[in-house]
Amino acid sequence: MDKKLARLNNSAEDVLEIGGVKLGSRLFVGTGKFAAQALIPEVIKAAAAEVVTMALRRVDWHNPQENILNYLTDDLVLLPNTSGARTAEEAVRIARLARSAGCGDWVKIEVIRDQHYLLPDNFETVKATEILAQEGFTVLPYMSPDLSTARKLVEVGAAAVMPLGAPIGSNRGLKTRELIKILIEEIPLPVIVDAGIGRPSEAAEAMEMGAAAVLVNTAIATAEDPVVMGRAFKLAVEAGRLAHLAGPGARSERAQASSPLTGFLG
Amino acid sequence: MVSMFYDFLLAQRQQLKAYEEYTFQESDVRQALAREQLDAFDLKALLSPAALPLLEEMAERARSLTVRNFGRTISLFAPLYLANYCTNRCLYCSFNHNNEIERRKLSLEEVELEGQAIAATGLAHLLLLTGESRRHSGPDYIQACVERLRPSFASLGIEIYPLAEEEYRQLYESGVDSLTLFQETYDENVYASVHPAGPKRDYRWRLETPERACRAGIPGVNLGALLGLGDWREDAWATALHARYLQKHYPDVEIALSIPRLRPHVGGFQPQAGPVTDAALVQIILVYRLYLPRAGITLSTRESPSLREALLPLGITKMSAGSLTSVGGYASEGGSTQFEIADERSVPEIAAMLRSRGYQPVFCDWINLKGKGSVAG
Repeated sequence: MDKKLARLNNSAEDVLEIGGVKLGSRLFVGTGKFAAQALIPEVIKAAAAEVVTMALRRVDWHNPQENILNYLTDDLVLLPNTSGARTAEEAVRIARLARSAGCGDWVKIEVIRDQHYLLPDNFETVKATEILAQEGFTVLPYMSPDLSTARKLVEVGAAAVMPLGAPIGSNRGLKTRELIKILIEEIPLPVIVDAGIGRPSEAAEAMEMGAAAVLVNTAIATAEDPVVMGRAFKLAVEAGRLAHLAGPGARSERAQASSPLTGFLG
Repeated sequence: MVSMFYDFLLAQRQQLKAYEEYTFQESDVRQALAREQLDAFDLKALLSPAALPLLEEMAERARSLTVRNFGRTISLFAPLYLANYCTNRCLYCSFNHNNEIERRKLSLEEVELEGQAIAATGLAHLLLLTGESRRHSGPDYIQACVERLRPSFASLGIEIYPLAEEEYRQLYESGVDSLTLFQETYDENVYASVHPAGPKRDYRWRLETPERACRAGIPGVNLGALLGLGDWREDAWATALHARYLQKHYPDVEIALSIPRLRPHVGGFQPQAGPVTDAALVQIILVYRLYLPRAGITLSTRESPSLREALLPLGITKMSAGSLTSVGGYASEGGSTQFEIADERSVPEIAAMLRSRGYQPVFCDWINLKGKGSVAG
């Protein structure tokens, strides 16, 4: 952990701090859906990712060749998720299993009670977040972008909030744009856009809007060339972040009246 | 009485009664393909002969939906037959009470040994099967088997005779996390003719079994029609509606589909409906995928190696590997089989085939939380 912290602390000036860890990369990558696990280290390298998420249910303890953890280096921050949990209680139990299995203190809460759309259950998510935050986990809850829920998550000790841009795996982009904008405006925690981002341009847009980071899995894993796509996302996230910092203030969503309406005031 | 799938299916059939003699046109199929959410009428159009010229287009769409939702991965599992005593007389099944086959039931020690032999191949998902005999393989026996096997497997499914809701609840509590139950055919008349005797004769009890499992909290339910018993278009249509009905009423349950075709078996029954061709099987898989983009589709070793490989990109998400359909046989000598297996490749051979075709074989995709401590722990 020391080595990890040291490296992260030395990264670029524009750092993202979550749970006391300073991150130079704002692109989190997922490890599901790849044609071969051996691709994952290359993708992580091309994406320059520092936080990597994996479903604990997919961690295969019996087959070293299939165990995703064997493909992840020690300097990465592991973000196990609670995929498969249908209740707060199940999510809590999976998180504890992840910690006792050596996956660290970070956990992405995923409580899904709808298998058709895979939309998260915000109510159960808040409950699980509260329990795990009290147990010292760094909790990153996956949620439907709802302001009240996000405020509740802040109250109960979440380290960030992870609103979805569109349903998992849909590659539809930022369908919840307006709601995510509100979270970015109102929530004093990092807002990490998770799920739905299908293209680098959409990742760039989320970053321009002021998202602290994005999590991408399907769009990279199912690309014809996942390594090149990983790099494309890295560049897009960096470009979007720079644009946000630069302040794209010149853009106006409404046309400017050619002569100012209040010009007569002199 | 609460309205259940039986009533729903009747109502759907009634609604489309006017189309019984209707000949679907390519335009109906195109219209269906243009829609994001398909309805019962679209389903009929896609399953009709009019869809055949558009099969390639459907296949491309099905492949892209599958990759998006499941990635380039295929989950693997193995079946373990616990017993083959059966009180039913299903005309298409080797375990038919009237067939003179060697009847056997594994002892709990044998169950453990068989489980160890399967686990040694790396498989972590196991499906337990029996014939229908409450005397020889009652719910208590199944539960005892589950408790023996639980430490060695990430996921335990059952494919046994229909149970009551309370029995499913007990099995769920002891570590069962999925139910596979095939309706065989949704045609009540054909159903009656191929199930001449035994408890399985009760069409409605079987039809509503998946709902009882959903209500009991079992997280995964896998449906299927035994393709070839009745008219396959009708059976695939009803299966798809059944799956969607369960998704709507039990959204937290993961609904999946299987596509078993009749295989040669002891008894040699030939159904009236005629064989289901490879093209028909392809059409069914594609329609299931287009109608239910997130439902898993399981392909068993009933199909030949070459066909299994060709079907992979069309929507398949789960395959059995290294399967035996005899009682026991993984660790000891097996007896009579339920049906003949067409794909006899071992687990490493299947895994290697998947890798060579650009798929990651997934051995483990579940956490069995039973017996792993409570929330207070």
